[in-house]
Parts: sequence; structure tokens; C-alpha cells
Amino acid sequence: MVCQICKQKDATVHLTQIVEDEMKKLDLCESCAKQKGVNDPTGFSLAELLLGAGGGEAEVPVEAKASGAVAEPKCARCGMTQTEFKKNGRMGCSDCYGTFSDSLEGLLKGMHKGTAHRGKIPASLRTTLDQKATLDLLSARLQAAIASEDFEQAARVRDEIKAIKSAA
Amino acid sequence: MNLLEFLTPSAEVCRRTGPHDKIVYSSRVRLARNLPEVPFPGHGKKADRVRVYDQLLPAIQSVPAMGGALGESLERLTPSDKQLLVERHLISREHAAKGAGSGFVLNREESLCVMVNEEDHLRMQALRPGLQLREAWEAIDAFDTALQERVQFAFSPQYGYLTACPTNLGTGIRVSAMLHLPGLVLSEQVSQIIQAVNKLGLAVRGLYGEGTEALGNIFQVSNQMTLGESENEIVERINKVLQQVIEHEENARAMLLEKKARVVFNHVGRAFGILSHAHTISSKETMNLLSRLRLGVDLGILPPAARPSVDELLLLTQPAHLQALFTKGEKLSAEERDSTRADVLRERLRSMDRPAHAGFGARSTPGPDPIP
Repeated sequence: MVCQICKQKDATVHLTQIVEDEMKKLDLCESCAKQKGVNDPTGFSLAELLLGAGGGEAEVPVEAKASGAVAEPKCARCGMTQTEFKKNGRMGCSDCYGTFSDSLEGLLKGMHKGTAHRGKIPASLRTTLDQKATLDLLSARLQAAIASEDFEQAARVRDEIKAIKSAA
Repeated sequence: MNLLEFLTPSAEVCRRTGPHDKIVYSSRVRLARNLPEVPFPGHGKKADRVRVYDQLLPAIQSVPAMGGALGESLERLTPSDKQLLVERHLISREHAAKGAGSGFVLNREESLCVMVNEEDHLRMQALRPGLQLREAWEAIDAFDTALQERVQFAFSPQYGYLTACPTNLGTGIRVSAMLHLPGLVLSEQVSQIIQAVNKLGLAVRGLYGEGTEALGNIFQVSNQMTLGESENEIVERINKVLQQVIEHEENARAMLLEKKARVVFNHVGRAFGILSHAHTISSKETMNLLSRLRLGVDLGILPPAARPSVDELLLLTQPAHLQALFTKGEKLSAEERDSTRADVLRERLRSMDRPAHAGFGARSTPGPDPIP
């Protein structure tokens, strides 16, 4: 059995991962495995990502299985495709966050403390058409702060809401 | 343009002081921001990047905090100039590799530096000596607010500030501090501390950021999560962790001096010996030995006045600084650099007081006498 990445050396590292009820197998040689940092199974995620980043062109068994005919999501503004995003882990433009939002939630959960922004909000947003969105956002934050008994934060958010409402 | 003329002389940089600066070299807070409707730098074409650069540069320079700032495109910089900025930790190594359409704006005090078209359209950072994370956050927050009066950034109520990499999403904040931890390294506790810090969701890296070695016992601690928490919460959390790391380092130093004084004096004395007598020396060895001298100053083995000189040598002996200051910019081979570096070190250390001798008497003596 040869390594699926370099396709030269013997595969000595065999990896099986279950992703969304689907078993994925990966056979790598030692040097490719080392290069990809496959020494602890928790340290990396999808086998797909690995193969994508390995530059191992087309005919990868894992991908061959995917229904190739279905058009994959593609960003209307910058042309970034889902495959490209998975390959290099970077978005193409700010619109991509809308385009790929379905696959984003899971990714963000593993990466961050939460999946909703709790930090600074642009001042411009408070005074323009998006005011309602800002108020919604702030009241959601207020509820969360109350629920977690973080009353300092709750008071801050309450004051922010007041300020926006009185400015309107 | 002569970059070196703009930059603060290294001797002056090294005289800046801040809280806990025996252990914390510097604090930094960085924000990532992007323009809406334009591809991120890594995905766009050169023309997109040039357009973004031309739009952002005047906007950045018009913020009052940037009065008298230097704004320059990276294509107008020589490789040595770029390296000079990297050695000063003003731009990233990744940014230094870029050319047309990428640039930076640096204020006079070198406390604010904005990279244009690095991984994001804007990476803006505030720097402070010592442990001053809150101050750095307040400075960059104010700068960001001022810039937002001039430019609108890509923002989503759900995800916050939108960034090229989802790892920076939300606040786009990276809070970091550069720490000197020779005590923890010498007492072999540093890997434990790193693990503990990692468990708290913080990253520990080497001197020049991602994927670099901890040369000179210098470590960078920074947050990894940027979404789901406010900037203040992130700053406070990392501040708390750093206070603890500082305490551990202080304890490790005190313990070493008490229990293994000979080891510590030997470390410092040998480092001084090699640095002041070498005729060729690599950058790596220099950094590791200078770290020991710095520890020597902190522990009273070298006079306090030696501190800025040691810190200055750490900067001066980096390749680009060496080249710019001592060979009139002439390009040196690695071998020539090692010789020049040794010459500079010998010359500078000649005027420095030699390390104190410990009064170890009999073997039962618990530690050195108080050093005069």
C-alpha cells in the first residue's frame, strides 16, 4: 500500500475517522504523516482537509465518493468555492461568511468560546438602518448576561441599549 | 527613504520602561479589520490590493494619533529594511515577504503600527513596554474608533468583524505579551507552565510568532479565541494568566538563587566570558547568552545600569540591525556577520562591569552573601 499523499513511499500510518456517520480512511507514509502533524488524533480534524492540503491532485478515493455532479456552494462576489475554503482555511471576501454559513457553525464551535460576537460594535451601525439589528443583538446579550448572572456585563449592555434608544 | 533615520535609535528603545519589565518585554494588542465587498488580500488580485492600499493609507494617516507617521509601500523597501522592521517586531515575517499593494504605517513613537494587506486588509497594533495590556487595548480601540469615522469595515451582527481566517473572527483581537522566562527554563518548569497556559486557551510561541523557536528564553503568550467573548474579557483573562506566569518566574528565580546559586553565577559568568571574548558567534548563541546576562542583571550579579545595554545588544546583534549599523548597509555573508557580531559584542562589553563573584565559602554555605 502506498502513501496517499506522496504516492511514493509505503504507507505505515493508517488513520480512520468517522465524520458525520461516514468512515474515512487515510494511509500515509511516516514522513508525510509527520509533515501533516498526524501524531495525535485530536490535533487535527478532517481527513479531507489533510488530503486537500497535501496537494494530492484529483483521484483521491475519499473525494471520488462524493457526488461530483451537485454544484457546490460558491461565493457570488469573489468566486471562492467550498472546496477551496476547506483546502486553505481562508475566506475569499466578507461575503463568503454568508455563502458558507452552513458549514461555518460547526467549525466556529470548535475554534472559539461561542459563535456570536460579543465585542465592539461599529458606531456607524448604531445610527443607521441597522439600528434594529444592533438592538436585537444587544438584547440577546442582555439576556445571556442575566442568565449567566454576569450583572456587571448586563448593566453595561442595558446602558448601551438606553443610549441607542434615547439617541433615536 | 532611509528607514533607519525614522526609527528610534536602539539605545533609546531599550531605555523604555514599563510595569514588570524584568519579565515582560512588551505588550501588544492587534485588531484585524477588512473592507466589505473587496476580496481579502490573499484571494484578491494585485489590482484589488493596490486599490485597497490607496484607499486605506490616506485614511490611516489622517487619524490624529498618526501625526508625523511614516507610511510606506513594501515594494519601496529593501529586503534589509523589511528585516529591520521584523526585528523590531513592527511587522510580521509574513508581511515582510510582500510587495506592491502591501504596506505599513508607523507612528513616531513606534507605539502604533498598521499593516495594510497582510492576511487581512488591516492589521493594526498598539505596543507598550512591560505589562500594559489594558493600555495597549485602549490605545488601539481609540485608533480603531477614529478610523471607523473614515472607513467602514466588514461587520456582521452575528459574527462581528469579518476576517480572512475564521480563527480571527468576531473581535479580530490578538492580545499578546513577550516574556523573558530564564528562571522557568533553567529550573525545567517551563514546559509545565506552557501546558497549563495552553489549557486555558492561550497560545505560547517563540520570539517571532507562529512556528518560531523560543530563542533567548523569550516566549510570546497570546489569546487564540476571538469570538464569543468581549475584548475586555479577553484582555482581563490573559492579564490574569500573565500575572501568574510572572509570579512563577519570580519564584523560580528566587529559588535558583537560594538553592543553586553556583549554577546561576556560573551561567551568568560563562555567558559574560564567551560574549566578551568571542571572535565569531552566531545569532542564536548570542541571544541565548544575552538572556543569561539579563538574568544576571535582574538577580544583581551585574549592575542595574547594564540592563539597557544588554537589551540593546539583543537588538543590535540581529542580522539586519548589524548590517544597517556597522557595515553601512553592505550585505554580509553569514560568516562575516558572525565576526562582526562578535566584534560589536567585545567592544560593547569592554565597558561593562564584570559579573559579581559569589561569596561561596564552605560547601555548607546556603547561598551567596548579599551582593554589594
